[in-house]
Amino acid sequence: MAEYQNIFTRVQVHGNPDMGVPLPPRGIWPRGDKTGLSYLAGKIGDAQIGPFYLGFLGFTSLIAGGIAIVIMGLNMWASVGWDPVEFVRLLPWLALEPPKAEYGLSIPPLAEGGWWLMAGFFLTLSILLWWMRMYSRARALGMGTHVAWAFASAIWLYLVLGLIRPVLMGSWAEAVPFGIFPHLDWTAAFSIRYGNLFYNPFHMLSIVFLYGSTLLFAMHGATILAVSRFGGDREIEQIVDRGTASERAALFWRWTMGFNATMESIHRWAWWFAVLTPLTGGIGILLTGTVVDNWYLWGVKHGIAPAYPAVFDAPIVDPAPMNGG
Amino acid sequence: MIEGLKAGLALIGVVAVSLLTIAMLITFERPPIDSTQIGYDGVGMVDHVNPRLEEEVQARNEPPFSLGAVPPGGRPAGEAYENVQVLADLSEDQFNHLMVGITNWVSPEEGCAYCHNLENLASDELYTKVVSRRMIQMTMTINSEYSDHVGQTGVNCYTCHRGNNVPEYLWVEEDGPKAMAGVSASRQDQNVPTRIAGYSTMPYTALETLLTEPGANIRVATQSALPFVREAGAAPPPDIKDTEVTYSLMMNMSQGLGVNCTYCHNSRNWSSWEQSTPMRVTAWHGIQMAQDINANYLIPLQPVLPENRLGPAGDAPKANCETCHQGLALPMNGAPMLEDHPELGESYK
Repeated sequence: MAEYQNIFTRVQVHGNPDMGVPLPPRGIWPRGDKTGLSYLAGKIGDAQIGPFYLGFLGFTSLIAGGIAIVIMGLNMWASVGWDPVEFVRLLPWLALEPPKAEYGLSIPPLAEGGWWLMAGFFLTLSILLWWMRMYSRARALGMGTHVAWAFASAIWLYLVLGLIRPVLMGSWAEAVPFGIFPHLDWTAAFSIRYGNLFYNPFHMLSIVFLYGSTLLFAMHGATILAVSRFGGDREIEQIVDRGTASERAALFWRWTMGFNATMESIHRWAWWFAVLTPLTGGIGILLTGTVVDNWYLWGVKHGIAPAYPAVFDAPIVDPAPMNGG
Repeated sequence: MIEGLKAGLALIGVVAVSLLTIAMLITFERPPIDSTQIGYDGVGMVDHVNPRLEEEVQARNEPPFSLGAVPPGGRPAGEAYENVQVLADLSEDQFNHLMVGITNWVSPEEGCAYCHNLENLASDELYTKVVSRRMIQMTMTINSEYSDHVGQTGVNCYTCHRGNNVPEYLWVEEDGPKAMAGVSASRQDQNVPTRIAGYSTMPYTALETLLTEPGANIRVATQSALPFVREAGAAPPPDIKDTEVTYSLMMNMSQGLGVNCTYCHNSRNWSSWEQSTPMRVTAWHGIQMAQDINANYLIPLQPVLPENRLGPAGDAPKANCETCHQGLALPMNGAPMLEDHPELGESYK
């Protein structure tokens, strides 16, 4: 079993395809029966690809998502005059921009943000349908719906950014453009406009959970790999039937930091950290501009932004005679 | 289908890795970077300079050869020569001294004939002479009204021209590759890489919006922690798109001066003056100056200029920080420009 300690899976066991548990036939969508083997996939996961299940929700979600991507892509392509070379070369810069502030929440002409609104509608539809698919597929297999609810947390952040906050602010112009660099530059501008998001306590929480997630993932993955020589990779069994792997891993953490999670609770830790990242982040975005206009000044007001000693001889004062300039 | 999927995934992986490697090699700045702390401990106020790139910037920022100053006194140029509209109060010697200077600074190869009809030096028939006269007035305005920006160093023609007929770092309206009109979505003057916007996706119209009109509003952050109800009819607060325009201007300034953001600002609160460096005040006066000279000197020259001197959109070339600074916080490291040519300063305006 020492092979499991390698970073890549060194042994690939190829048997008959695993077609899953038998389920009562339901609906018009049959379960797929095609499978294949991928050596590369087997290096990082299960070598078996398929069987797939599309279903009504998967089908409609892909259609809606496809429409959204096509609207974005064609508008980006048109923005460089249908030049295919420029489209590929400049793709990271290209975007579909939301309407300008003067349109408020009204439906603007297509060229002035109407396409953005339409792409956003279909993208949202696609994501919500995919969420229902995650939920219904889990239910069909008799599983819990933890994956769907974790996904819902990400959808919450997406909806706050593109729908809920713009509606509360009364303008689609507050929403994010669709584009690779443009949405990143938007994020920087958003933070600058609202006085530095780093002083937003929900942004702080979101970062804690984000970095915490990576830390927990590293700790858990390392622990399991380290005790796989004792059968520690059979985590699920060790939850109810604690073996020497579990005991050694637990003692290791008690030795080194005084406390250990259990084979079961570590997965709750991971789930909550991941879910709380976009959940708290979404709250932070929702409060920005709606109830707090300048997070730095809010931080000063509540004593979380310290003042530092001046290093220049003379005080620096605003040279503008009035506002503006 | 499965085989195709496998091959497709592998192909996407290989292409993505190669593209990212190429992008990294051609866009990242190779070390070393020299960093100097300029603020209080731990606040991240640091100037970054890459000595390898700095060498090249320094090399093209040598101050010009100077003939020294000419003392005032003697026959006024206005009496000695015809059609002297701006420099009439200079002495004849000063006037000739300045003309030699201008020739060295602006048209070292073409000589006097670049602006003058050699048969009749007083004639205004060449457009270059009309432009020069206006530029001399502009230089006098900068030296007399914007000493908060140019200090005692001052400027002369060489500050921008550096021996070229047309300064190398002027800007004209830029609009990137041609977009389709009609029903397709407007690019909203952004989202293609342009030098003006520092190759970001910020608006490439930032200089037109903020540097061509005195009093254009650059400030976007509000100065209250909480949102407040505005009076009916008051202008709406700046939004994120306005912020991107300002951001674009700041990228442009950073590029022109060869400095990073913390040269002027404390990034924890960009708008705060008390946490900024004194350089931000100098830069603020520079922005006022750029707005003034664009609006009152450079843009009005549009009808005088021949077509080949105009931008693709037919607009006159305009100035920004880089026009003088050319990659240095102090143009030519602060070499005095006015000292040997007081005739371009306040006393002769």
